[in-house]
Amino acid sequence: MKKRKERIDRGIKVRSEDVFAVCSWREMLYLSSPRWLPVFIFLTLPLLLGPYWQKVMLSVAVFGLLAISWDILAQTGMISLGQALFFGMGAYCAGVMNHYFGISPFITLPLAAVAGGAISTLLLLPVLRLRGIYFSMVTLILPLMLVRVIEATKIFGGTEGLSGMTPLPSIWIEIYLIFGVLTAALFGFRRMLTSDFGLVLKGINDNDRSVTNAGINIYWFKIQALFIAGSVGAFAGAFMTHVYMFVGMPVFALDYSILPIAAAVVGGPGSLAGATLGACILVPLSEVLRGIGGLRIVFYGAFLVVFIVAIPEGLFHYAQRKYHQFERWVEVEK
Amino acid sequence: MTVTPLLQISKLSKSFGGVQAVSQVSFDLNEGELLGVIGPNGSGKTTLVNLISRFVKPSSGKVIYKGRPIHSLPAYKIVRLGIARTFQMVRPFYQLPAYKNMIIPLFSPRVKGLVGGKYGDRDAVALDLLEEVGFERDAHVAYKIAGALPQGYLKRLELAKAIALEPDLIILDELFSGLSLAEVASIVPIIEKLRLQGKTIIMIEHRLKELFKIADRIIVMNYGEKIADGPSSEVMEQDEVKNAYLGTE
Repeated sequence: MKKRKERIDRGIKVRSEDVFAVCSWREMLYLSSPRWLPVFIFLTLPLLLGPYWQKVMLSVAVFGLLAISWDILAQTGMISLGQALFFGMGAYCAGVMNHYFGISPFITLPLAAVAGGAISTLLLLPVLRLRGIYFSMVTLILPLMLVRVIEATKIFGGTEGLSGMTPLPSIWIEIYLIFGVLTAALFGFRRMLTSDFGLVLKGINDNDRSVTNAGINIYWFKIQALFIAGSVGAFAGAFMTHVYMFVGMPVFALDYSILPIAAAVVGGPGSLAGATLGACILVPLSEVLRGIGGLRIVFYGAFLVVFIVAIPEGLFHYAQRKYHQFERWVEVEK
Repeated sequence: MTVTPLLQISKLSKSFGGVQAVSQVSFDLNEGELLGVIGPNGSGKTTLVNLISRFVKPSSGKVIYKGRPIHSLPAYKIVRLGIARTFQMVRPFYQLPAYKNMIIPLFSPRVKGLVGGKYGDRDAVALDLLEEVGFERDAHVAYKIAGALPQGYLKRLELAKAIALEPDLIILDELFSGLSLAEVASIVPIIEKLRLQGKTIIMIEHRLKELFKIADRIIVMNYGEKIADGPSSEVMEQDEVKNAYLGTE
């Protein structure tokens, strides 16, 4: 007897659409739990972890922000291979403000986010017309160029970097600040991308001439997307400057460019929640594998390959589908 | 009293490297007129449209719209002035449902300006516009992802996106190509309705029979040059046009 797999929407999904959701607790929970669950985990998990894993969580959030930033750009049709540009720019902005002018971290963080986003946008302004791989290559090169500029001109401490930054008052403030920003960015930008503004951004990705043909200046929208994504990345960098109390050339390292992309791809490209989920998996995994020593990167790479082959749509899209639908085997009639 | 033409093209030229795609083309277009542009493949019809809508920069010549030179404006500003076009190769947003495709033109500054910044429920307006071009309201077609739609619907969607901009001049680039006779027959009334609303239309077509039924005037192009200009019955009688289409002996 032949069988085939049937995919059916859960009845509760239909009942939870629109105003009907408030009819029962079950339906309200069904709708709201995917939103509340991550917030709840972010709030409680730090309380259960030791100091080492608390630091790992900071990394998770930072890479989560970088992955969100990457995904916003990717959804606008700009594939960035240089998230390190945003990260490093934010890190140096915060570092300079704190080191030379003694400005408090609570002011440098938002200022560096805006300034880092703005400077990165200005740097990428001349190449906004480039599409696809050409744009990507420029983003890959820019952070590497900036490292050499710092090395050659010896500005901002040169190869030594700047140290002695003011740390945030406590680990709890660090954790809850960065996770607050991460959840705000996740839900806020997710909403933004479903608005008409976000639709235009997705339209640019899909078909930029068609957007121009609607009387919309695509470059203005690309600039806005770049600034938003740049600021998110810059905030992550500025935050790490205050956590490490140091800023130097490593902030432009390739790690900050590659890992966010891996996170977004594993989690599910095209969704900010996927990008965050990817970071929540890859960063701790990298820490766990630390014990293996030299072969760490091999295992890490193998994991990535297996994951991408097994769930090419990304973990988030897979989980979302499973949540809203169920599958069953049915017999094929002859 | 002389009426100023809506669109004046004078000595418009474009060359790509050594190829002269459009050469010294001039014509006027009056308000409410339906102009057909025909010519063999590669005669520069689409380039002419690209030059007017400024998707391609002219090498020389002028485009004057409502008395204002527009050939140096960027493409999006030309749309805002009221010139909408469709593409020969349809350009929908493939990942979005058909009706969401309409939101982007409805979001455009031109539409916002016309309705004073408020548009109410854009989804409802989008569905209305789609119904106008033949997306049956009761069917699910308007909610389907554009990538899954057949060519006929994509062409209609392209037309609806242009209409959504409330343009004064609509340029339709081979709207009928790739459509069945029945589909063409169902789109012709939409174009006639646009004319009744006073819209000026330029149609580039290979489907001459259908075009001649609705066009006021025909321009024939060959090797980038305008070789004839006049009512459809007259232009096809000219020797040069016959040669362009049928070849010389």
